[in-house]
Amino acid sequence: MLELKEGVRHPVDFILNGKPARGLAEPRMLLSDFLRQELGCAEIHVGCEHGVCGACTVLIDGIPARSCLTLAVQTAGRTVETVRSLAAEDGALSDLQEAFRRHHALQCGYCTPGILMSAEQFLRERADPSEQEVREMLSGHICRCTGYVGIVEAILETARSRAGAR
Amino acid sequence: MAQPPSQPSHDGLERRWLGRPVERIEDATLLTGHGYFADDMPTRAGTLHAAILRSPHAHAEIVAIDTAKAMARSGVVAVLTGAEIKQDSDPFIIVLRQPMDQWSLATDRVRFVGEAVAVVIAEDRYIAEDAVDDIEVEYRKLPAVIDPMSATAADAPLVHPAVGSNVPSERHFSYGDPERRFAEADRVVEITIDYPRNSQTPLEGFVVAADYQPGEGVYDVMCNFQGPFTVHPVMSKALRCSGAQLRIRTPAYSGGGFGVKQAIFPYVVLMCIASRRTGRPVKWVEDRFEHLTAAIAAPNRIIRAAAAVKNDGLVTAFRFEQIDDYGAYLRPPMPGPLYRQHGIMSGAYAAKDMQIVNKLVMTNKTPSGMVRGFGGPQIYYGLERLMQRVAVELGLDPLDVIRKNLVPAGSFPYRAPAGALIDSGDYQTAIAMAERDGGLADLRRRRDEARAAGRIYGIGFAAIVEPAQSNMGYLSTIVPVEERRKAGPKGGNVAYATVNVDCLGAVSVTADSLPQGQGHATILSQIVAEQLGLDPHDIRCNMERDTQRDPWSIATGNYSSRFSSSTAVVAQMAAKKVRAKIAQIASQTLNVPADEVAFGDGKVFAKNNPDNNIRFSRIAGTAHWSPSELPTGMAPGISETASYSAPEIEPPNDADQINTSLTYGFVFDFCGIEIDRDTGAIRIDKYVTMHDAGRILNPLIADGQIYGSFGWGIGCALLEEFAYGADGSFLSGTFADYLCPTACEVPRPVILHMESPSPLTPLGAKGIGEGNCMSTPVCIANAVADALGVKDVKLPLTPARVKALMGETEKPPRVAAKAPPARAAAAATPGGKALTGSGAQTVPASPEVIWRALLDPKVLARVIPGCHALDQTGPNEYRAEVSLGVGIVKGRFTARVALTDLDPPRAATLSGGLEGSLGSTTGSGRVRLVPQGAVTQIDYDYVVEISGKAAAVGGRMLDGATKVLIGQFFQRLFAEIAPEAAPRPGPARTWWQRLLKFLGLQS
Amino acid sequence: MKPKPFTYLRPADINEALQALARIGEDARILAGGQSLLPMMNFRLAQARALIDISRLAPLAYIRKTAGEIEIGAATTQAQLLAWPQLGDATPLLSAALPHVGHFQTRSRGTVCGSIAHSDPASELPLCLATLEGKVVLRSSKGERVLPAAEFQTGMLATARRPDEVVVAVRFPERKQGAGYAFMEMAQRHGDFAICAVAAVVSGKTTRLGVGGVADKPTVREWSGLPNGELDDALNDFAWELGGTDDHHATAAYRRELVRRLGRRAIEEAAKCSS
Repeated sequence: MLELKEGVRHPVDFILNGKPARGLAEPRMLLSDFLRQELGCAEIHVGCEHGVCGACTVLIDGIPARSCLTLAVQTAGRTVETVRSLAAEDGALSDLQEAFRRHHALQCGYCTPGILMSAEQFLRERADPSEQEVREMLSGHICRCTGYVGIVEAILETARSRAGAR
Repeated sequence: MAQPPSQPSHDGLERRWLGRPVERIEDATLLTGHGYFADDMPTRAGTLHAAILRSPHAHAEIVAIDTAKAMARSGVVAVLTGAEIKQDSDPFIIVLRQPMDQWSLATDRVRFVGEAVAVVIAEDRYIAEDAVDDIEVEYRKLPAVIDPMSATAADAPLVHPAVGSNVPSERHFSYGDPERRFAEADRVVEITIDYPRNSQTPLEGFVVAADYQPGEGVYDVMCNFQGPFTVHPVMSKALRCSGAQLRIRTPAYSGGGFGVKQAIFPYVVLMCIASRRTGRPVKWVEDRFEHLTAAIAAPNRIIRAAAAVKNDGLVTAFRFEQIDDYGAYLRPPMPGPLYRQHGIMSGAYAAKDMQIVNKLVMTNKTPSGMVRGFGGPQIYYGLERLMQRVAVELGLDPLDVIRKNLVPAGSFPYRAPAGALIDSGDYQTAIAMAERDGGLADLRRRRDEARAAGRIYGIGFAAIVEPAQSNMGYLSTIVPVEERRKAGPKGGNVAYATVNVDCLGAVSVTADSLPQGQGHATILSQIVAEQLGLDPHDIRCNMERDTQRDPWSIATGNYSSRFSSSTAVVAQMAAKKVRAKIAQIASQTLNVPADEVAFGDGKVFAKNNPDNNIRFSRIAGTAHWSPSELPTGMAPGISETASYSAPEIEPPNDADQINTSLTYGFVFDFCGIEIDRDTGAIRIDKYVTMHDAGRILNPLIADGQIYGSFGWGIGCALLEEFAYGADGSFLSGTFADYLCPTACEVPRPVILHMESPSPLTPLGAKGIGEGNCMSTPVCIANAVADALGVKDVKLPLTPARVKALMGETEKPPRVAAKAPPARAAAAATPGGKALTGSGAQTVPASPEVIWRALLDPKVLARVIPGCHALDQTGPNEYRAEVSLGVGIVKGRFTARVALTDLDPPRAATLSGGLEGSLGSTTGSGRVRLVPQGAVTQIDYDYVVEISGKAAAVGGRMLDGATKVLIGQFFQRLFAEIAPEAAPRPGPARTWWQRLLKFLGLQS
Repeated sequence: MKPKPFTYLRPADINEALQALARIGEDARILAGGQSLLPMMNFRLAQARALIDISRLAPLAYIRKTAGEIEIGAATTQAQLLAWPQLGDATPLLSAALPHVGHFQTRSRGTVCGSIAHSDPASELPLCLATLEGKVVLRSSKGERVLPAAEFQTGMLATARRPDEVVVAVRFPERKQGAGYAFMEMAQRHGDFAICAVAAVVSGKTTRLGVGGVADKPTVREWSGLPNGELDDALNDFAWELGGTDDHHATAAYRRELVRRLGRRAIEEAAKCSS
């Protein structure tokens, strides 16, 4: 049995956005803090630390997770994807990111990385979502700026264009 | 981006970029996670982290604070309390001359749940939070005052005893002859509204990193403050330094503000002191619990509104008595919400006679502060509910009543009775367009059909005036004319922007707007590109601000929708200065007069012969590399700063009239809603919002502002409220208690526009981001009032509240015994009394045996659940260390228990309290022992008040948890005095049912 | 909002988990999805000396149909259950209730067993388990026992789980031939804890209604051969028995009204689905 003692910083090895990464974390360190403070992932935004606002959402092994409700030590050996994984190597925005820009789906941009990660995974699961399904998926995020209009449109449009491309 | 063809515009300038839906320049950065927010900003190595201990009590004296255990914890560098803060700083300046001192930590008394009591500075935040839990504070609880009406009573507990009253300011205003109008009215229509406390709660909380540099006595602070910089001297005065010694820097990106991030300033001072005391940089990141509990809220307000009306619906005069609740402290720029829209209190209506009474009330709640809409949501809730009542009471259509009373078209600029100079508009046309393009006739049909089918459906309207760019002197309206004269006139709103051009023609812009997502960089780049014939993507806007390097003004910041009529205008002025300079330089090369030089596609050319041109970058180079070649008298280099303050925003006059804003837009909304007869849930069937915000600078961004403020308007209408118990306990400490709407709750509104350019600003643009905060809550409330035919509609319109408005009576059960015990009737109501309960059971022991047990400390130690140690502190008084919990929720507390009012062996009162990091409780219970032959009946009732974290986070479960804990106590007592009869753990269901039955908590 | 210190244990199999639990006892907590536990630890409402992470125990991540029951292992997430192709056929009630459990982003981590072990009075899965008369499989280093739902949840956040036991699985009875099922809830926002949730099963002349969010735990009432005209009275009596409590979101009276109104709606819908 793996036992990581309290009060001691333990090495955590995992795959971050496709590359091996390592940092030190006490057992109690939240993944959100670990990514931000140990690995410099400024794209992780902390909004509530109790799993409601969704700003800190990342994908762990391809599945959405609140990084504030995940311990850093839980990610050992796993893959973690943040919003930095979405754009192409040359910096070109993904189709979803482009749609967000076109539809003015962000204002302050604080909730955006989390929403993009949820939406990306949602679109991988659902090829042809209805508006209601998109809204229900989005109900796991709080955006205080946009009233959600542009976000819903951007996700629906991306779903349509991906379906068209298939 | 390909340059779009230019379009002529009202100011004669060709428009390639302004008015177009240019996609945001900020987005590529933010969409890829490269937007760096305050907590991402670099700090020096060795930066320490702060965590704050906060009061669990609404009102209490601080008797003692023991920080020894916290200080002893490894990794803790310092613990500061009010004593140190008082040594190092002065109280914050406030608007009123009243003895209401406040420091960045509580000194001798706490006045709201969440007030900062001590700060721990440690190597990391985790350790700092551990040490916060180590601090022991002894409080002496004081009666709290929560309800603003009760606060005004003569015998109310005083929040600030030195003031002698909870109403530190009351002012009466009269414009025209309202008394006469009311006397001559056919009818007086009245309504009282009670607007709740809420806030748009930005998703990013406050962040402060302070670094004290002793050499020059400079505090270098990075924080996500949003202005206005009127607060900068408040901070520097508190720190006893000059403004130049308090360097405030703000990052380019901020995770929402909505006014709230103005309220960071006490923490700036606190962290400055912490840095000075520790000799290290100190950072504090507010967490969500702190933000909801203690940041700020928009003031809750009671308005008694009245209209003098003629039978045809004409309103001849208004009367408003406003009782505005500022919570525990008046923090600058409070009481802004009460005066910010003073000049436009008559809204979109033409009535010339008006009476206003403004009362400022202090209560034991979180201090009020700036929140989007800034007083407008409250004012229009009163005004537009009043107009709806005028229609109802006169039997008229609400829209007809609105129309009848509007400021006439063609009368702009229009001087409103309290001083607003409404710059432009045509309200009648706006409403007619909304009616036509928004499909009002169809909506009325839908309502009629729904009603015919027995469904509950209503239509609501709201017409509001959206002010923008505050007159910085508005708050001086609060002091009488004589005092104002002594202090000197205050008005204006000074803006700054700078446009720089480097030697290769690269253009950069800095400006004073401190954006938090409004796309200011995009719009500034549109404006500057327009002037210089460039593409917006060629312009870099640096939106950081630094009080030591940038031009300083009190108005700097992002509030009162000042951007489009202030910062945008001054950026255009700076760009025009650059344009003029370049035109002058180019005129030499092109050999045409400067006024015949034109700009476009990165070139500077002769207007009448575009082939005669030179690259923009080439001219820029001349200014830098060849100053001697410049026209005679021209300053070298190209960096132009402009400043601007519109002359129309004058100080208040002697008649207390003030033009509180520079521009005034118009918003007209209507909506159809349906109420679920079973659940009371509101479904918004259709929402139409018509905006006249003058010239639109970027339609994409303008609509985004409307959607955003509408979204919050929906939250205010249906979900959002900071709830307090009557004892002052705070109940909305999580995002599962303070309910922000999600994508499932916010429908898409229909947005309509018309443009009546403001003649008072060069761009013709007004504000657009706050209108729906003011119109949407009342529009929905009016629809609910229409649907249910009710008068008193209180926000948020939760399903439970709507259901209560439906006025149904609850059918009793067939067997009366099935009704729950009296407990339920007396139990806590939302925002109401403490938890109460009662029960009774028969115990096979004599009263004397039970009595002896209760008075025996050894027995008591066994009976109190989770008791580790019990010390007697006086006759029948004990102090105990206990671990208490329900399910996985557990906490360690210090308990104080006293037995009083002893009537041996018949009755005793068991009272006391718990203090721990999970919160604080006080309670008492009367236990009566009634002999019944060989057995004794124990009757008991209790009152418990719970405050602090447990209440703020676990409100949903408080009642249940109280029952469980009291259950544990009585179970143990029962086992102690009659072990053979005590319920034994058997099959769980039976055990619990027996226990609960025994306690009288379940039939 | 950072948790207090604790030691993190990642057992290689369930036996190691049980041994650790036996050794540390009440101060240890099982970490599966963490969607209820970690928020409470961040708020420091809950604390533990050790967290025993069972989320990677692959043998506990299963959905199994056995002898009229659907057994769900302790590491199975709510999203996995929702995505199980047979869900609608096997347990229509769960299929209707699961979309109300939290959000897309929390169902992906939150486990079925974790939700039941946490036993929030307003959560949907304990209500479904109680209404369907499902079972909870508890295992300790000493052995295994199976408790009916009604005996498992004893009150608010309180269960009959002993400190050394792990909820290793829960069992939901498979749909009954001819029975109709319906689930409804009233929450202020999509995905919130229910102010009142109702689960109805109608089978022949028998009507069963489970109610969550009103009493301190899900409560189930069954009526047999209830004349149609008496349903409202029966629901009214049930509502009064449940009592309900006031909080800042809703009054007890409102909760009772939802028992009557949503209860009737759910029963009617379940009756429609029954044959």
